[in-house]
Amino acid sequence: MKFDTPATTNPIDQLKVVGQPVDRIDGPRKTTGTAPYAYERHDVVANQAYGYIVGSAIAKGRINAVDLAAAKASPGVLAIVTAENAGKLGQGQFNTAKLLGGPEIQHYHQAIAIVVAETFEQARAGANLVRVSYERAEGAFDLAAAKDSSTKPEKSSGGPTDSAVGDFAGAFAAAPVQFDATYTTPDQSHAMMEPHASIAAWQGDKLTLWTSNQMIAWGVGDMAKTLGIPKEHVRLISPFIGGGFGSKLFLRSDALMAALGARAARRPVKVTLQRALIMNNTTHRTATIQRIRLGATKDGKLTAVAHESWSGDLPGGDVETAVNQTRLMYAGADRMTAMRLAVLDLPEGNAMRAPGEASGLMALEIAMDEMAEKLGLDPIEFRVLNDTQVVPDHPAKPESGDPQSKKDGDQEQSNPHPPFSQRQFVECFRQGAQRFGWNKRRAQPGTSREGRWLVGMGVAGAFRNNLLTKSAARVRVDRSGRVTVETDMTDIGTGSYTVIAQTAAEVMGVPLEQVDVRLGDSSFPVSCGSGGQWGGNNSTAGVYAACMKLRAAIARKAGFESDNIVFAEGRVSSGSRSVTLAEAAGGQEIVAEDHIEYGDLDKKYQQSTFGAHFVEVAVDAATGETRVRRMLAVCAAGRILNPKTARSQVIGAMTMGVGAALMEKLAVDQRRGFFVNHDLAGYEVPVHADIPHQEVIFLDETDPISSPMKAKGVGELGICGVAAAVANAIYHATGVRVRDYPITLDKLIDGLPEVA
Amino acid sequence: ILTKVSFTVNGKPCALELDTRTTLLDALREHLRLTGTKKGCDQGQCGACTVMAGDRRINSCLTLAVMHQGDRITTIEGLGTPENLHPMQAAFVKCDGYQCGYCTPGQICSAVAMLAEIKAGIPSHVTTDLMAPPQLNLAELRERMSGNICRCGAYSNIAEAITDVAGRTT
Repeated sequence: MKFDTPATTNPIDQLKVVGQPVDRIDGPRKTTGTAPYAYERHDVVANQAYGYIVGSAIAKGRINAVDLAAAKASPGVLAIVTAENAGKLGQGQFNTAKLLGGPEIQHYHQAIAIVVAETFEQARAGANLVRVSYERAEGAFDLAAAKDSSTKPEKSSGGPTDSAVGDFAGAFAAAPVQFDATYTTPDQSHAMMEPHASIAAWQGDKLTLWTSNQMIAWGVGDMAKTLGIPKEHVRLISPFIGGGFGSKLFLRSDALMAALGARAARRPVKVTLQRALIMNNTTHRTATIQRIRLGATKDGKLTAVAHESWSGDLPGGDVETAVNQTRLMYAGADRMTAMRLAVLDLPEGNAMRAPGEASGLMALEIAMDEMAEKLGLDPIEFRVLNDTQVVPDHPAKPESGDPQSKKDGDQEQSNPHPPFSQRQFVECFRQGAQRFGWNKRRAQPGTSREGRWLVGMGVAGAFRNNLLTKSAARVRVDRSGRVTVETDMTDIGTGSYTVIAQTAAEVMGVPLEQVDVRLGDSSFPVSCGSGGQWGGNNSTAGVYAACMKLRAAIARKAGFESDNIVFAEGRVSSGSRSVTLAEAAGGQEIVAEDHIEYGDLDKKYQQSTFGAHFVEVAVDAATGETRVRRMLAVCAAGRILNPKTARSQVIGAMTMGVGAALMEKLAVDQRRGFFVNHDLAGYEVPVHADIPHQEVIFLDETDPISSPMKAKGVGELGICGVAAAVANAIYHATGVRVRDYPITLDKLIDGLPEVA
Repeated sequence: ILTKVSFTVNGKPCALELDTRTTLLDALREHLRLTGTKKGCDQGQCGACTVMAGDRRINSCLTLAVMHQGDRITTIEGLGTPENLHPMQAAFVKCDGYQCGYCTPGQICSAVAMLAEIKAGIPSHVTTDLMAPPQLNLAELRERMSGNICRCGAYSNIAEAITDVAGRTT
């Protein structure tokens, strides 16, 4: 099904099942521990051996020699694979560094060996006996130091690195009110709860991999490319994924090393990345330095907008696209953006939840707060004043990791300032302000005190694009009338199982309980996968397409000829004739497969999602400790397919935003070149005690430009702007402005009022 | 070095011969194939491996299996089944107290044991009056559950689920 004209009324609009806050259909399995994750598949193949990965102890340089004698002699060890005996390996399209290092080492904890043994304990003990001698090379590990040597990258998967409209320099110089500040965001880690894990089994030259991967088709492609075998010889199975947030978009070393280990040991091999290896072995969100300049008239109209960002990555890597939202969010005639990339020898950077916007809004939305204060305006009124219903700058192309970014030739738009398909940005602030009690906020910072607590409220805008990507599904109705959906779509906690079941139930006119959903298997039709908040809208649109095809096939089979056929309550009806789905199937299974693909509606219209975050904090006047007391998100993100699971996506993202604001930072050892706090004790993420009750409001919205579902993404919108809202609330509470994340108490304490 | 150990898991007696280095977590997951208990970090930082030894919740990754001779171990599989959910499991489903599901068994085991700890009068870091029996309020709940990390960030909903169950059982 090609979607190239705006959606009109369709079966989804019935909203009997879609749009309802139903419980997750996979809930009983997840809450009883019976949902099987990758490392837990004792059921799929016999005789599994255990692999344990050895990571490089240097960040850059070469391996001189590897002594495997002691490891090989260790009890239970079956095989050891290093670059020396792995055979020729390619490199995946989505990998910046090699997944198996040696002799050249590209980053700390790059995998250099796998030890396979009968048991986990034996594999771990064997791995500890691998002796490696290195020749360390000098590397660049400090973004601030490398900033001046950074260059304009030849290409960025997030679209053009630079943009310019009008004459920023002239307009900024002439602006009656000017603002210029620099912000920093640190390296961050996804820290999903399930470590990367895989079980690999070879049958002749064919590989089956039970793994934990957000993008099944990418994983198949990159495994085949790395091993140098045909794609058809690789099967990935990933029905349950213990969190991803971008860390599992790609083929990673657990999968490759399991495959290599299994080949060497001639047995199925299971591998999990040990927690302490993950943060340096895999990808992370890279640190940024961002400079924002704003020029405005005295009454608060922005006239000049500039956002520049510097980030670092390994050679061949990409920028963190932190300026992209600034091309789209606020009005202003003269503007520029630019991104520069420094070569750093830290582990590779890549997408983490809302790549680009999450980092960019951490800076931009503090800058907007600062400029509002400078203008003597309420921060909400300042944003309302500078709302725009058309794109003020060149729209950003889809970001890193988006399959669409592989298409060429869509750079130039016919309309330089396309309208937004929907933009209820102002309404998000209006409703939020009312619900949150914004009118009780005193303009003057540092003036609300409750005992030892300094209390403040902050707000920030949320923005994230809605990306359209082809997505396919297969749907069958069996002899009993049960509907089964198959697609390689994944559920990383997002609720894919549930919204897909709701979609099929709605279109096929059956109760939710009559639908089975099977996901995460490369033998199923290729979906959009889970990333970039495109999963919900695109995967359900693909299921919608397949269901519409199945309806036609059922109607044909049952001999209905009219155009006016109704699928409802498990029956197919037209005029006076009505049969059950089972009867219509006529004792046979009927199968249909289709996909959704898109025309140019995403070129004619800018499709984005919007929100406003409200936060109240209390800062201990004596210690500088920040406690988040209240949080509210208001989101305008098209039709909400399931308010219960969508709300969970948003509160989860708000929680991660609190982490970004207050605690998350990979500390770089700038001498040795690695992230020091590489586990869940050192890299602090929010825990129960950090998070208050969270409120979410979804504006009543449908977007017929986006897909037949009229939905958009929401899972990443939820994190966008949160950290800035926290930062702004802390400023409002204390009068101390911190521009370097995370906002830890040491950065506040000197500015706090004297304690008596 | 192999050693024999026996304990009961979810009421069932188990006799194992294990490498002495085997954690209770790996004994459950790899030897008894009870994979409901999760390995999130294997170093006592995340709480995904929470089970009950006797009535007490522990990180099963931080304890060797051979230390549990004769113990009564309860895992998530011992609380309920998809067809017959424990009230805490049902509350998590109703309140959407999870997303990816990986920390969920640990959260649920921890929550069940935590409510019992409050009932037993065990104070926490945030208990203000050590002489009075502790009450379940949100501060107590959040403090006592903070050993169970949920990176999906379902905390707000988990708190609702636990409060829901506590309200019904007290």
